[in-house]
Amino acid sequence: MSAPATRDSSMIATIDASTSVITVSGLGKTYATGHVALKDVSLDIRRGEIFALLGPNGAGKTTLISIICGLVNATAGKVEVAGYDIVADYRAARSRIGLVPQELTTDSFESVWATVSFSRGLFGRKANPAHIEKVLRSLSLWDKKDARIMTLSGGMKRRVLIAKALSHEPEVLFLDEPSAGVDVELRRDMWRLVRELRDEGVTIILTTHYLEEAEEMADRVGVIAKGELILVEDKATLMRKLGKKQLTVELTGPLATLPQALADFGLILSQDGTRLTYTYATNREGDDDGLSIAGLLAALSSEGIAFKDLHTEQSSLEDIFVSLVRREP
Amino acid sequence: MNLQAIRAIYAFEMNRTKRTLGQSVVSPVLSTSLYFVVFGSAIGPRMAEVGGVAYGAFIVPGLMMLTLLTQSISNAAFAIYFPRFTGTIYELLSAPVSPFEIVAGYVGAAATKSTVLGIIILATASLFVPLEIRHPFWVLGFLVLTAVTFSLFGFIIGIWADGFERLQLIPMLVITPLTFLGGTFYSLDMLPPVWRTVTLFNPVVYLVSGFRWSFFGHSDVRVEVSFAMTLAFLIVCLFIVRWMFRTGYRLKS
Repeated sequence: MSAPATRDSSMIATIDASTSVITVSGLGKTYATGHVALKDVSLDIRRGEIFALLGPNGAGKTTLISIICGLVNATAGKVEVAGYDIVADYRAARSRIGLVPQELTTDSFESVWATVSFSRGLFGRKANPAHIEKVLRSLSLWDKKDARIMTLSGGMKRRVLIAKALSHEPEVLFLDEPSAGVDVELRRDMWRLVRELRDEGVTIILTTHYLEEAEEMADRVGVIAKGELILVEDKATLMRKLGKKQLTVELTGPLATLPQALADFGLILSQDGTRLTYTYATNREGDDDGLSIAGLLAALSSEGIAFKDLHTEQSSLEDIFVSLVRREP
Repeated sequence: MNLQAIRAIYAFEMNRTKRTLGQSVVSPVLSTSLYFVVFGSAIGPRMAEVGGVAYGAFIVPGLMMLTLLTQSISNAAFAIYFPRFTGTIYELLSAPVSPFEIVAGYVGAAATKSTVLGIIILATASLFVPLEIRHPFWVLGFLVLTAVTFSLFGFIIGIWADGFERLQLIPMLVITPLTFLGGTFYSLDMLPPVWRTVTLFNPVVYLVSGFRWSFFGHSDVRVEVSFAMTLAFLIVCLFIVRWMFRTGYRLKS
């Protein structure tokens, strides 16, 4: 893959939050079997963002993507892509979308070059060997361009699927579980590519249940569970809102009991009396109630409690996610 | 109109044909040649002429139809069934293409392939039996019309089929018997009157008869009727395909 694109923080700031590239309103899907896969989902995807759709298996992530891309018919609601209705103006809507499916569904006997060129034609674009070459090179597929797809490894096939989705220069790229069954190197490569694409102005929507992936990449996160979108939030805000920090203080000598002056902090003293654990919500940071880390440290020193070491831990998106989904009935 | 997409599908399918040239062309030509050897060269000279045409020549249009029907159906059925089976159909469904464009690409390629095959078989036949064609343009016309119609029918089977067995079911159990009983090897005049009437319900009779007329200038059924029947079947297939795409039958959930 090409050199990693550095994440330009000014880019994020210039994303115009008011322009939606995809508008989902009141979307519902009930399958013929009676299974309700989506319930009244409404969502705006902003142009140029990386949006991660999180949820456990069977939550409705793939159904949502499949409806937007035209693989599944919705039973209620509507979707617009760049202002075009996905049913009435399906040509305009779909020509803007690239889809990388979850399953490794590739041709077998065709060459990499042929299958990627086919995709471009299918999406109504004139042949452009220079663009196909650029895409193949960026995915380290150039050496394999004449290879039959069936001779490629799983990771290489995944790259081929991405190349196909990028062949027609889409404005929006859907990655359905991009790292399922992918080795670490390819995952890192993919993340890098996704950022490069975002820097070129492509909007990226990815579904994942690797929370690490969402945490690493996403600008915003949507959590879907049992067919309902239970939360959409800036990743940073979400982490701040729901994240917890834990401060562990290693004391110089054991403490028999906690002094009364420290009661407000809700500290936990370890059995041997040498370790204090302080858990607090990160959104408390900046609150001027004296319960900050600085407040605790000041209180410890005024009580004459000496400590030799301290460290903090911040909860990850994974912890937040688990607590969110558990909260659901 | 997304012409690029039609071209892409068509080229993709024709490439597949090139890759599988052996099974696509050699095997039908070989099996038809066997018919010519057995019925045309070996048995033919012992048979009486049919309507003033040597038996060996008489069976040529019917045998061409037999290959044309089975090949058109299996080509088109496989072409659309295989992406459904492997899952690559996702791309077709997510692409900005209309049902007409999809059908034009797949059916166009399948029909091209079986038309070429028909011509190759005609050329092969002329090596075994002396042939003279009365209405060459009608031969080509019937060839193309039949290839398109039955490729479309094959496309329908490819969407309907939910297993490889079903893909073979209609060609094996319906088309082959109908073709054999549709006057490929005999003229309807040779049948007892009752069976002659029954045979008129077999649609393949009209195809073979019209095709034979374009070769020899006479037929069991009037050529206009043959032409109209083929066209009617084409229109029925078009409506079925339209319905399949409208409802998303076996394509979309």
